[in-house]
Amino acid sequence: MERVPVLKIGDILLVSIQIDMEDQVALQLQEDLADKIVVTGCHGVIIDISALDIVDSFVGRTLATIASVSKVLDADTVVVGMRPAVAITLVELGLSLPGIRTALNVELGMKLLAQEREQYELDLEDEDEEPAVSTR
Amino acid sequence: MALSSEQGSRLADLFKGHEDAIIASWTEEIARTTRGRLSRAELQRQTSELQKGFQTALRGGAPNLHDDLAAELRAQLAELSSTRARQGFTANETAVGVFALKDAMLELVQKGDEADAGALRDYIAFSAFVDQAALFTFDTYVRIREELIADQAEQLLELSTPVVKLWEGVVAVPLVGTLDSARAQVVMERLLQTLVDTGSPYAIIDITGVPAVDTQVAQHILKTVVAARLMGADCIISGIRPQIAQTIVALGIEFGDIATKATLADALRHVLRLTGTKRQER
Amino acid sequence: MTTWDGAAAAERVAIISDQDVVRVRQLVRTLAVAVKLSLVDQTKIVTAASELARNTLVYGGGGNAEVSRVDNGRKPGIRIVFADEGPGIPDLDLALTDGYTTGGGMGLGLSGARRLVDEFEIDTEVGKGTTISVTKWCR
Repeated sequence: MERVPVLKIGDILLVSIQIDMEDQVALQLQEDLADKIVVTGCHGVIIDISALDIVDSFVGRTLATIASVSKVLDADTVVVGMRPAVAITLVELGLSLPGIRTALNVELGMKLLAQEREQYELDLEDEDEEPAVSTR
Repeated sequence: MALSSEQGSRLADLFKGHEDAIIASWTEEIARTTRGRLSRAELQRQTSELQKGFQTALRGGAPNLHDDLAAELRAQLAELSSTRARQGFTANETAVGVFALKDAMLELVQKGDEADAGALRDYIAFSAFVDQAALFTFDTYVRIREELIADQAEQLLELSTPVVKLWEGVVAVPLVGTLDSARAQVVMERLLQTLVDTGSPYAIIDITGVPAVDTQVAQHILKTVVAARLMGADCIISGIRPQIAQTIVALGIEFGDIATKATLADALRHVLRLTGTKRQER
Repeated sequence: MTTWDGAAAAERVAIISDQDVVRVRQLVRTLAVAVKLSLVDQTKIVTAASELARNTLVYGGGGNAEVSRVDNGRKPGIRIVFADEGPGIPDLDLALTDGYTTGGGMGLGLSGARRLVDEFEIDTEVGKGTTISVTKWCR
């Protein structure tokens, strides 16, 4: 059975799905990612689906589960690169992927994760202190 | 009834011998149907070229119009229909122009003393050949007009659905005119593709130029917004005129949490504020 | 690989495992491209096929899919017929309702697939099996 590789880049796990996945492969990916999040301690997951020409309800459900599991393991998930035709089809299918954050491409996805993380750390910092001043 | 090669060459001889008479009478005939929309000189040039085409095909022994030997004549006829279609002549006028050759030829056959059974057979075979030619012109004419219409429809669609980049990371679609299902689909696809191509996380759909919004149009806009969201982009709808706002409420259409603004300027300000806030947070 | 000339071209795939669902998808995609469906329509019919093939496998206990090119005289299209000899669907109206599921899915398989195609026919009998035929026409 084929396997979807999970790459670690800095604090982010990057998954680029390049094959027409069998259901088993999708489930395997779900497991691999959970393991990898724990092992690496990463706080962000980016799933690039720009090579997928369809997303059916099974893949949609798997993505939603991955996002929920990651959340429990303290990692944010962003699905990036959904094709327009796929998005239109999902709307027609009635699948709105609740709970999944999306971005147009990997770059914007990384930005989104960075913002989330920054916000989270700001919140952690002393709440009595003045809000952190922009560093830029 | 196919033309035999002897018939072909006999007819070609007949053409050859009476070129001027045929051209004159044929031109006369066409001029009557086109009623001065084409100059006599222009018509004369066309008929004389076509006449040559017929002569060559007949001389070559083409048994019918669809034979390889008549390929050149077919090209000439297609060219003629194409010009006529673009000049705004009707299909009827175009085909009658070809049929007129029969009349011109009939005059010749009647004039000659050799109006015997052989000549009659030749004439009938020739007549069938001209019929094919006229039908071919008719077909070509229709095809060309269909192409024209399809081209125009596409151009209209292109013209009416521009997607413009308004700001770094912000694209806008100013919708003008009635949105039917086909057009809404084109708009939707183009907008979403532009988001991907430009990596813009914000899109403004401006409906100032849309005269009316019914349930179906609203559905299309809503679907576009949801699809954009699935891809990771936000849509803002602007240019909602008072009557349209009334209709939307009266129809019970839920725009949910989709941002709506009165004008394009408001929408842009809204987006810039959103991106600005994020920048400050850093 | 199959060539799709002629109106009668049809290909049958048995659906008995996960891989077969992928094969159905690929077959449908090849034909959708061949009949020149628009990109969005290609995506819709392949997605619908994927949903229905999985239904055939999961609920019908396996079966087959027949993918064929059709023509209604004005435009070409693609038709897929899924057949199984499974338990059948006792309450069709309920099964076609959004969100209804018995298999732990999202309950969008049947109703969602129906929205993605131009024609949808279903024939089911409890204890005998289910046949679903979907068609998508070129625009």
